[in-house]
Amino acid sequence: MSKRVLLQGNEAVVEGALAAGMRFFAGYPITPSTEIAEQASLRLPLCDGHFIQMEDEISSMAAVIGASAAGVKSMTATSGPGFSLKQENIGYACLSEIPCVIVDVQRSGPSTGLPTSPSQGDYMQARWGTHGDHPVIALSPSSVGECYTLTVRAFDLSEKYRTPVILLMDEIIGHLREGVELPGKITPAERPVYEDPECLRHPYHIPEGAWVPGMKPFGQGEFYNVTGLIHDEEGFPTNSNEAARRLVRRLLDKIEKNYDDIVTVEEFMTEDADTLIVCFGGTARAAKEAVLEARAAGVRAGLFRPVTVWPFPEKELFALSGRVKRILTVEHNDGQMAREVERAVRGRCETAFLGKIDGSVITPREILEAVKEGRRNGK
Amino acid sequence: MKNGQMQLRLTGSGGQGVILASVILAEAAVMADKYTAQSQSYGPEARGGSCKAECIISDAPIAFTKVTVPTFLLALTQKALDTYAPGIPEGATVVIDESLSAPECLKNARVLALPILRTAKEKTGKAFTANIVAVGAINRLLKIVSAEAIEKAVLMHVPAGSESINMAALRAGEELVS
Repeated sequence: MSKRVLLQGNEAVVEGALAAGMRFFAGYPITPSTEIAEQASLRLPLCDGHFIQMEDEISSMAAVIGASAAGVKSMTATSGPGFSLKQENIGYACLSEIPCVIVDVQRSGPSTGLPTSPSQGDYMQARWGTHGDHPVIALSPSSVGECYTLTVRAFDLSEKYRTPVILLMDEIIGHLREGVELPGKITPAERPVYEDPECLRHPYHIPEGAWVPGMKPFGQGEFYNVTGLIHDEEGFPTNSNEAARRLVRRLLDKIEKNYDDIVTVEEFMTEDADTLIVCFGGTARAAKEAVLEARAAGVRAGLFRPVTVWPFPEKELFALSGRVKRILTVEHNDGQMAREVERAVRGRCETAFLGKIDGSVITPREILEAVKEGRRNGK
Repeated sequence: MKNGQMQLRLTGSGGQGVILASVILAEAAVMADKYTAQSQSYGPEARGGSCKAECIISDAPIAFTKVTVPTFLLALTQKALDTYAPGIPEGATVVIDESLSAPECLKNARVLALPILRTAKEKTGKAFTANIVAVGAINRLLKIVSAEAIEKAVLMHVPAGSESINMAALRAGEELVS
């Protein structure tokens, strides 16, 4: 084994962000994400970066968007209650195509709920928290090592597609410490800049073959307009139905049509599986243990873990659904991803659900029992 | 499934440093090239609430990150002991502070009552070093890592200026188990 260091999931997020080039963090600390703000406040000033503790979550999100528009890779971190507050500005970043990374270390809700207890109740909020038809990329780590690598990937996807990317964590992984081997120097992706004169005249012009307009740091060179209203190539508001259709379609297509570039999954012992357990984030650690225990007892179980949770990996799951008898979705909520699973599977196999909403951790034993008894509903 | 896994549960009252103790043990495990998963659960209060920290140490990768069948329990308060003693399996090792009384359910466990809180006060003059005393005792008892590795791990996690007092606490803890 090569040299590993002990890191907490939340700390690994900050290390990953710095490696990806983050030089601005604005936030309002909240359990169980607080260590991210804490670590960012210690590390950023040493890396020529800036940390600001804002007066609340709304302004934190606004500051992140402003810093990113000015050309600095930016991130914020929060938990469910703060994630709700950030939603309006996340929509603004979606429409104005300003790259940024939002970390949500989920805790039990609704409202302020159980601050120190694990949950995955923000799964749908990550997709539909902000209003209107909008693109979303959300990634969910299930180890401390992945907290690092997926934060890097979140920044890369955010820059490449000029869109907010959500790192959907949970208390289990945020507060977990493991030995991790940090990669050496990485080459992070940068936002596109085009020297084409047409692009210089029209800041929102899309060059041939590109998905997004180029992005020059706001405040340097020509000024351009940035707005949350439907805008034309000049960046100015318009009521044109054609401009609206073209813009919103492109925002959705830049993610949907690049599914294969964005979506990644982990499959564990799925080759000959009868029962497929589908789960994401920290819950997948219990599921992996359950798969190992099931196999030891002669039960052919496998694990399918969306690493990219949005867009939902429906192609991969649909392919597997033709080979298994049953799919058991396991999540720390009341069945939010289970609906996506059913939609993707389209009735090709039996589906069941095991969830928890009491703030306690789902154990391998509970999953194993659900696998063995073929339960249909864990509520 | 738990073959070769040490599953340690460290419990006490918030502020006693049982989380830090578990982090130090995890740090030492990483230094010794072992796999580890450390976590904790606690209430919203910073001091005084009951606190549980966990650390799994293994030669193989760890799937589930929480302790399911403890092979070791540390309890520094009676409340923590009463809460976490049920579910301790036969043959597990339990270290309790000498001021506590072991409940009936621990009769098949190997219970050691050690003067952890008193040693901290008497040997270092600071009650707050009790967690480091415990780390010394636990490492000696369970033979997790070398004396050098545990020393290094402690030094990585204590504030500058407190090194000598914590080294004294570590050694005092080691001497409780011989």
